[in-house]
Amino acid sequence: MGKWDWQVFLQDTGGGRNYLEWLMSAWGWTLSVAILSLVVALIVGSLMGILRTTPSKLLVTIGECWTELFRNIPLLVQIFLWYHVIPSIFLVLRGLPSIILVVFALGFFTSARISEQVKAGIQALPKGQRYAGLAMGLTLPQTYRYVLLPMAFRIVIPPLTSESMNIVKNSSVAFAVSIAELTMFAMQAQEETSRGIEIYLAVTGLYFISAFAINRVAMFIEHRVRVPGMIGGGK
Amino acid sequence: MMTALDFSFLNWNVVSNFILKGLIFSTELTLVAMLGGIAIGTALALMRLSGIKWLVMPAAFYVNTLRSIPLVMVILWFFLLIPLLIGRPMGAELSAIITFTIFEAAYYSEIMRAGIQSVPKGQVYAGYAVGMTYKQCMQLIVLPQAFRNMLPVLLTQTIVLFQDTSLVYAIGAYDLLKGFEVAGKNFNRPVETYLTAAVVYFIICFSLSMLVRQLQKKIAIIR
Repeated sequence: MGKWDWQVFLQDTGGGRNYLEWLMSAWGWTLSVAILSLVVALIVGSLMGILRTTPSKLLVTIGECWTELFRNIPLLVQIFLWYHVIPSIFLVLRGLPSIILVVFALGFFTSARISEQVKAGIQALPKGQRYAGLAMGLTLPQTYRYVLLPMAFRIVIPPLTSESMNIVKNSSVAFAVSIAELTMFAMQAQEETSRGIEIYLAVTGLYFISAFAINRVAMFIEHRVRVPGMIGGGK
Repeated sequence: MMTALDFSFLNWNVVSNFILKGLIFSTELTLVAMLGGIAIGTALALMRLSGIKWLVMPAAFYVNTLRSIPLVMVILWFFLLIPLLIGRPMGAELSAIITFTIFEAAYYSEIMRAGIQSVPKGQVYAGYAVGMTYKQCMQLIVLPQAFRNMLPVLLTQTIVLFQDTSLVYAIGAYDLLKGFEVAGKNFNRPVETYLTAAVVYFIICFSLSMLVRQLQKKIAIIR
């Protein structure tokens, strides 16, 4: 297998920068895709999860259909749909940069999983809380806003944490539509330099660090928002 | 404004020439990785629950490492490393089968660990009390119940696995998605083939998850 050659990262890529600079820019793309998709996924997923717990049959059906649709198609196929199919059907979307399309693909894919968790979180609350809110004269949206959601979101922080870490891992699928993120870097730099092991180790390490950082941020949030006396919270 | 879609080229000939081969490989990959993954995963789960340090540590390392690396990177790693280790190149398909088996084992092992832990401890003590060995205890008391309790979760993981097989795209193996892609390139109809691919994956995964839900109701142990 030969010796280590970490100096490969100082080689020029032929584009006026070295591989280390390219690696760092790729890391930036990975984090951008992951964080933007997480925002989309949290907003859409929470909305769909909430719809699935409302008393309206129509809203429940919309939420269920959304979840089944985005859960049962592989992420890679969804990315191809956003990249190849949607712009050629809706021509207005032609000019969109591909990162936006990937963010929607990854965001909607993850929203299906988040919707499951938010639904489970709301259903984990005693039914009496909803009735109590409504009996106090709160409207249904108010009941959600002031009674159900504040507790439900705290319950689902742990599964949302692992979903946020998954989104970093899943952002690697963006390589398929030539987003210049870490996996794309790994494939191209490996081909150009033939130092695959060093390149892959660096990329894998950065994925570890990214997922770990997200884990810490989520733990921090979980710690900050916990309610004393509830769900494993403080004293 | 929409461009017209034309699916007329998708006849039986195209399906049997391009897509069937891919579907067979995707299915084969899923089944081998499922069976191999559950076997290795169960062994890993038993190691982690053994309480013996030099068994717990490597199993935990295996599971935690693989679970924190993106699958695409794992596929690339194995495609790079296997030829270096065995000294000759290996086809993308075989490499994918080995990768998925080893990778999925990490996920199945977590499911099996939960399954084994779901069996009340008293049953193990009862087994020992009537003179059973560790092996008999696991084989006759714990594992059958663990499998039964976890069957829906194991199958759901298999559906995820089936979806993930599309990622062999990274090393160019010929799977279901690749079949559609090649057909789309040949007839210059990529939009229609990607759409059809999505529909086919959806139908397969959705029907399988409905079946799992039915099964879940049927086999649930009444306590």
